[in-house]
Amino acid sequence: MAEYIVHVIIENKPGISDPEGDTILNDLILKGSFSNVTKVRSAQMLKFTIKAKDKNTAKSQVQKICDDLRIYNPMVSKISLNIES
Amino acid sequence: MKVGVIVFPGSNCDRDMFHVLTDVFNLKAQYFWHEKGLPKDLDAIVLPGGFSYGDRLRAGVIAAHSPVIKDVKKMAEKGTPVLGVCNGFQVLVESGLLPGVLLKNNSLNFMCQWTNLIVENNTTPFTNKLKLHQKIPIPIANGEGRYYVDESTLKQLKKKNQIVFRYEETVNGSLDKIAGVCNEDGNVVGMMPHPERATEPEINPIDHKPSSLIFESLIQKIGVKN
Repeated sequence: MAEYIVHVIIENKPGISDPEGDTILNDLILKGSFSNVTKVRSAQMLKFTIKAKDKNTAKSQVQKICDDLRIYNPMVSKISLNIES
Repeated sequence: MKVGVIVFPGSNCDRDMFHVLTDVFNLKAQYFWHEKGLPKDLDAIVLPGGFSYGDRLRAGVIAAHSPVIKDVKKMAEKGTPVLGVCNGFQVLVESGLLPGVLLKNNSLNFMCQWTNLIVENNTTPFTNKLKLHQKIPIPIANGEGRYYVDESTLKQLKKKNQIVFRYEETVNGSLDKIAGVCNEDGNVVGMMPHPERATEPEINPIDHKPSSLIFESLIQKIGVKN
């Protein structure tokens, strides 16, 4: 079995406020005269190194882990998974 | 009559809670480490505040998978009164015993200050001696205390009278100023503020009696003092 690295990005759903992203935008980026930035959303990333027979299996197993163990809270957060190439 | 105080790695209000239960209210209390099960003869369970597992990943989420939580769930289903304070509330929410989630405060600050609570449900085992809309001066101490639920759950909470405490004023951005909720049966209550820091006149400069009624409500519910 090969080893894959799966990136899990956990971020708040669109309707949920993100005071950290707002602060980075309003108090750092916009004050730094980068006025073309319109939005910043903060997120948390976990890197899973997992043994699996192929990429898709690795990804679906990590998805299951995230769902079963509430790695993210589905009421407020969503996750996106990417395989590190 | 015995109250179990659950201790996780990183709990730091367990001894304050134990002190208040035993020294102030003459209850029999016992600590229970998170790796072990609970005896069946407990009359109530308290999950104290702190930083279980250093708030890794999300406050309360890792503790919510502890072996002891399985027994807390079983006893909660049977109607045993369960109180979660601060991190204990976060653990109850993450374990699914209470609805909603506690997000980072809007200010992004760890907030440590006195607030006023308003009693919204005085039928729970922890509020039955309080008057409806009674004010409770009480301290908060948290970084992730902003209560949130989706719109349909909020409707359900209102319909089923599950909002137990509201802040008098907007404190941290909590939805509908919610500071504490209960489960549908009312026996599991979670609250962000710290009643164990407010029941003695020596440490409460405003009024220690309303917070004391939270513990006296429990005594009324579960029976005589030891």
